[in-house]
Amino acid sequence: MSSLLVENPGLLTTVQDLGRPGFGALGVSPSGAADPVALQLGNALVGNAAGAAALEMTLVGGRYVFPEGGVIALAGADFGAKLNGQPTEMWIPHAVRPGGTLELGLTRAGARCYLCLADGIQVEQFLGSASTHLLSGLGGFAGRALRKGDLVKCGAPVQRIRRRRISPKVLETLKPRKCLRVTRGPQADWFSEPAKRAFFEGKFRVSEDSDRLGLRLEGASLALQSPREMISEGVSLGAVQVTSSGQPIILFVEQQTAGGYPKIANVIGADLHCVGQLRPRDEITFAQVSLEKARALWIAQHRFLNSGEELFA
Amino acid sequence: MEFRAASDQAMLVYLGEEIGLASHRRVFQLLRLLQEEPPAWVRNLQPAYCSLLVTFDPRVVDHHEVEAVLRSYEERAEKMALPLPRSVEIPVCYGGEFGPDLDDVASTRNLSPSRVIELHLSRTYHAYFLGFAPGFAYLGDLPPEIATPRLATPRKQVAPGSVGIAGTQTAVYPFATPGGWRLIGRTPLVMFRKDHEPMGLIAVGDEVRFRAITREEFAAWPPQ
Repeated sequence: MSSLLVENPGLLTTVQDLGRPGFGALGVSPSGAADPVALQLGNALVGNAAGAAALEMTLVGGRYVFPEGGVIALAGADFGAKLNGQPTEMWIPHAVRPGGTLELGLTRAGARCYLCLADGIQVEQFLGSASTHLLSGLGGFAGRALRKGDLVKCGAPVQRIRRRRISPKVLETLKPRKCLRVTRGPQADWFSEPAKRAFFEGKFRVSEDSDRLGLRLEGASLALQSPREMISEGVSLGAVQVTSSGQPIILFVEQQTAGGYPKIANVIGADLHCVGQLRPRDEITFAQVSLEKARALWIAQHRFLNSGEELFA
Repeated sequence: MEFRAASDQAMLVYLGEEIGLASHRRVFQLLRLLQEEPPAWVRNLQPAYCSLLVTFDPRVVDHHEVEAVLRSYEERAEKMALPLPRSVEIPVCYGGEFGPDLDDVASTRNLSPSRVIELHLSRTYHAYFLGFAPGFAYLGDLPPEIATPRLATPRKQVAPGSVGIAGTQTAVYPFATPGGWRLIGRTPLVMFRKDHEPMGLIAVGDEVRFRAITREEFAAWPPQ
C-alpha cells in the first residue's frame, strides 16, 4: 500500500472517477470527473483502467508528496507542474522516487488538471463509485475536498514505467472547444425568435459563480415567447436551462437531478469534457447539431478513447 | 405517452399534464417496471411529477428505438402493482431562525404565522418523487391557502433539515445546498444516511405528515 500526502490542496482538489450513474430515483446525480476525457487518457498513461479514481485539481494545483514513490501522469489543463523542483511534462508517465514532491501552480489554460497514479487511489466507494459529491458530502475522500495534511491511500507502489506519450494527433482531436455543440432542448420552442437567435449567434461569458453544479453564463437575456409555468422534470447532464431572469446555466456533473426551468439546448455528450475545462471569464458560443450527428460524434469519441495503442505516440 | 429528446443520450417520457396522483401513478408504474426489467441500455431513470427522464447508452440505441421499446412497456406498466405507501412522520420546529420566511408567507397570504403552521400540519402529503439533491422528496399538495411562489433569488445555502414551501409543494432539504424554497421550519432528523437502508428517510410514494415540536425538543433531539 502506498500513499499521497497533501501538503497544499490548491483551490479545490477532489477524488473523481467516471461517476455513479443510475441513482436518479434517489435524487443522486452521477458526479464524476468534469473532464472525463483527460481522466481516461491519464489513466491510460499509467496503465490503469480507464475509470480509475484520480485527483481532480481546479484552477490552482497544490503540493503533494509521495512517501513511498510511484508512477504518476498529469492530464487535462497545464498547471505548470514541477516534480522535485524540475519542470515536468504533461501527458507522459513519470516515476517518482520515495519522498518525491509534485508541485503545481496556476492554470495556464483550461480549468482542471488530473493527477493519475498507477494502481489508483483507494477510497471507500459510495454507490459503486469513488467520486466526490461535494454538495451532499458523499463519496470520495471523506465526502469533501482535500485539505492540508490529508493522507490519501493509494494502490501498491508501482515502479515499472512504460515511457510513452499521448500522441499529438489524439490531443488535437480531443482538444477542449470553446464553441460547444448542442442539440435542441426539450423546451426550445418556448423561447422567442430573438432569444433563439441570440443564443446561437451571441457570445456568452462564464460567470465567476460557476462550479461543478453548473456554469452560469453572462450574455444576452433569453426570453420566452410568453411567460409560462413549467412542471419540474428530470434534467440531463449538460442541459442549458434558462432562469426567469433570462440567464442561461449549463447543468454540470453535480447538477440537481430535477428542475423547473425551461431548457433551450443540451450540450452534446462528445463536448461535455470541454465544459469541464471552462474557466470563469472564458467566452463561449453554441452551435446546433442534429441528434444523429451528436450520437455519431459520441460513438466516434468512445472508439477513439478505446483504441488502445493508437492513443500513444 | 409523449416523447421529447432531452439530450443526445436522454429521452423525456411525459405521462400526464398536471401534478396529481393520476400522473404520479403512471410515472411510478413505468419506473417500477423499468427497474424490474431494465433494458441493458438504460443508464439512469429520473422520475418527476408527470415525466420520466430515461438516460441511455447511445452506442446501443437511438431515440427512435428508445421510444419503440418504452411504448411496448406501456400496457404492462399500467397493470403494475405499486407498493403500499409507508407512513413517515417528520417533527418540525416552526418559525424563528429555523423558518426565516414564515412571516413573509403569512403576510403574503394574509394569514397569521400560527395559521400557516396549522395549515401546513393539516394534511398528509404524498411523496411524488426524489430529485434535486440526494433524499430531497417533493411532497404535495399544500393547502391552497399557503401556496407561495419560490424566492426570486435563491439562498446560496440552506441549513440541512430546513422545511420549505414552493408553489403547492413542500419539502425538507437533506443537505446544506442552495435553495429557493421559502423556509418555514426545520427538522432535527437526518434525511439521508449512506450507511442506512433505505438511504433516504422518505421514498417515492410515501405518505408524509409533519408534527410541530418546540425549540427545547429540537435542541434535545432525539427524545430520551
